[in-house]
Amino acid sequence: MKGNEAVAEAAIRAGADAYFGYPITPQSEILEYLMAEKPEERTGMIVLQAESEVAAINMVYGAAATGKRVLTTSSSPGISLMQEGLSYIAGAELPCLVVNVVRGGPGLGTIQPSQSDYFQAVKGGGHGDYKLIVLAPASVQEMADFVKLGFELAFKYRNPVMILSDGVIGQMMEKVELFDQQPRLTTFDPAWTITGKTADRERNIITSLELDPARQEKHNQKLQAKYRQVESHEVRFEKIECEDADYVLVAYGSSARIGQKVVKLAREKGIKAGLFRLITLYPFPYEEIFELTNSAKLFLAIELSTGQMVEDVKLAVKDRKRIEFYGRFGGMIYSPDEILSVLENIINEKS
Amino acid sequence: MNIKDIIKPENIVYNKTKLMTDNILSYCPGCGHGTAHRILMEVIDEMGIQQDTIGVSPVGCSVVAYDFMNIDMAEAAHGRAPAVATGIKRLWPDKYVFTYQGDGDLAAIGTAETIHTCNRGENIVIIFINNGIYGMTGGQMAPTTIPGMVSSTSPYGRNIVTMGNPLKITELVALLPGVYFVTRQSVHKPGNVRRAKKAIRQAFENQKNKKGLSFIEIVSNCNSGWKMSPVDANIWMEENMFPYYPLGDLKFDGKLVEKTSK
Repeated sequence: MKGNEAVAEAAIRAGADAYFGYPITPQSEILEYLMAEKPEERTGMIVLQAESEVAAINMVYGAAATGKRVLTTSSSPGISLMQEGLSYIAGAELPCLVVNVVRGGPGLGTIQPSQSDYFQAVKGGGHGDYKLIVLAPASVQEMADFVKLGFELAFKYRNPVMILSDGVIGQMMEKVELFDQQPRLTTFDPAWTITGKTADRERNIITSLELDPARQEKHNQKLQAKYRQVESHEVRFEKIECEDADYVLVAYGSSARIGQKVVKLAREKGIKAGLFRLITLYPFPYEEIFELTNSAKLFLAIELSTGQMVEDVKLAVKDRKRIEFYGRFGGMIYSPDEILSVLENIINEKS
Repeated sequence: MNIKDIIKPENIVYNKTKLMTDNILSYCPGCGHGTAHRILMEVIDEMGIQQDTIGVSPVGCSVVAYDFMNIDMAEAAHGRAPAVATGIKRLWPDKYVFTYQGDGDLAAIGTAETIHTCNRGENIVIIFINNGIYGMTGGQMAPTTIPGMVSSTSPYGRNIVTMGNPLKITELVALLPGVYFVTRQSVHKPGNVRRAKKAIRQAFENQKNKKGLSFIEIVSNCNSGWKMSPVDANIWMEENMFPYYPLGDLKFDGKLVEKTSK
């Protein structure tokens, strides 16, 4: 199954109530799969092709405001168009899932894979102080599993969750074990959802507007308190051969797959390499990477970008050890051998 | 006899609907929004559908309509109310869903959402308040500002050569097959208020009967933005806005209404 198809099938199985989206390469298979699969007959899930990504994210806003489980998917230029909506969704504290199958930029860029939307996903993207919870799948299996996890986190924190994938993971085919069909939601939290004001409660209002500065500041403090909770409870990562590693590669998504191979090749040559794979990009595992500064000599951040995630690696390492970055971009992908020789060059240069 | 002797239950002849909250309206004295809010809430009250109604407010003067309407509401990003309403209605097809939008919201920044929501024939009601100006931001030119009309960004009057023509979006959406009912009303005189309320009732009945989209334009004044007294603004509206935006039904029961020439 393709990574994109896994997202679509997982959405149905996760008991999603609706999908709103607009075609864009390299993720159009998601909408195509959903339309072909007739989820309305399978589970009652609604699928609607919107007139733009702007409309799609605002349909998500409306649907999520009623307490339903909704998602949209797109790729980089489309995700840029959704930033306004995402800011409103974060401000209004609505749960939803957004999948970004990243392609190279800037602008129309390329339809080939890239990891150049890290800043947009992790540092904001839209206006205002807000955070998305960002998950980075490194396999088709995780494309499916993170749909379910993403919905769980979205509802746990009433916050938008983004799956930051890329064209490699979206387009590649792998075996995948799909979870069983989950039921769609049947109850909606009367404390905040807009399902019609009944006599037994006050009216509910979904808005990100608060004109009184003191109250808007309070709202921001509440959001920040929530983000601190996310940071202390939801950090996810995977350490591969890091225990005795002198050289730690830091990567996520498709780069982590390549990095895993690099570790294997390096170990065969007697180089003690390890891989720290980020699973959550926000929250970022600052402390866990910092701990490795006690044992590792050098950190090599690899990303299909000109160097975005490496800035967080620097914040984590706090100048305690040397940090290098290697990236390819514009749709180009490095090979494991390429990265290994980069690592070897760094080691030789050092000695 | 003092005021307290007069305010007694037995003397009440007309009451604020309980679907309007007690919050003080943020609209300028003389503005049509208050009346439009009120007749909309009266219709929902009279139909007994408060528990089944979800409204979507826009960005503009009526951004905080949810402060005044005692129903569940979502506040949309600028121009996106029809998309937000689509998301709600698709998942709750048996609820009554409406948007309440101004001209800048609906006919400029939200044109794509307006046209496509209408074209899909979403079974919702769109209430469109057209006062030919951006009221909340201080009287800038709107897509519906009429030729020659002065605003803060057309200080010498709207020049259609350089600024384009006012957009008759109501005429435009009437042509779309998904749209079932299109009418243009006003709320500046008692007779007009009654007709506007009747149209709103018709629109919600259409939604009840799953007929598709109903679109109600209310041509309104903006005495603050137009820099006129409320009375002068209403006279100006009748003399200048109505010839460009004539009142009456444009589409009824899914059929375009033939224009009779006077």
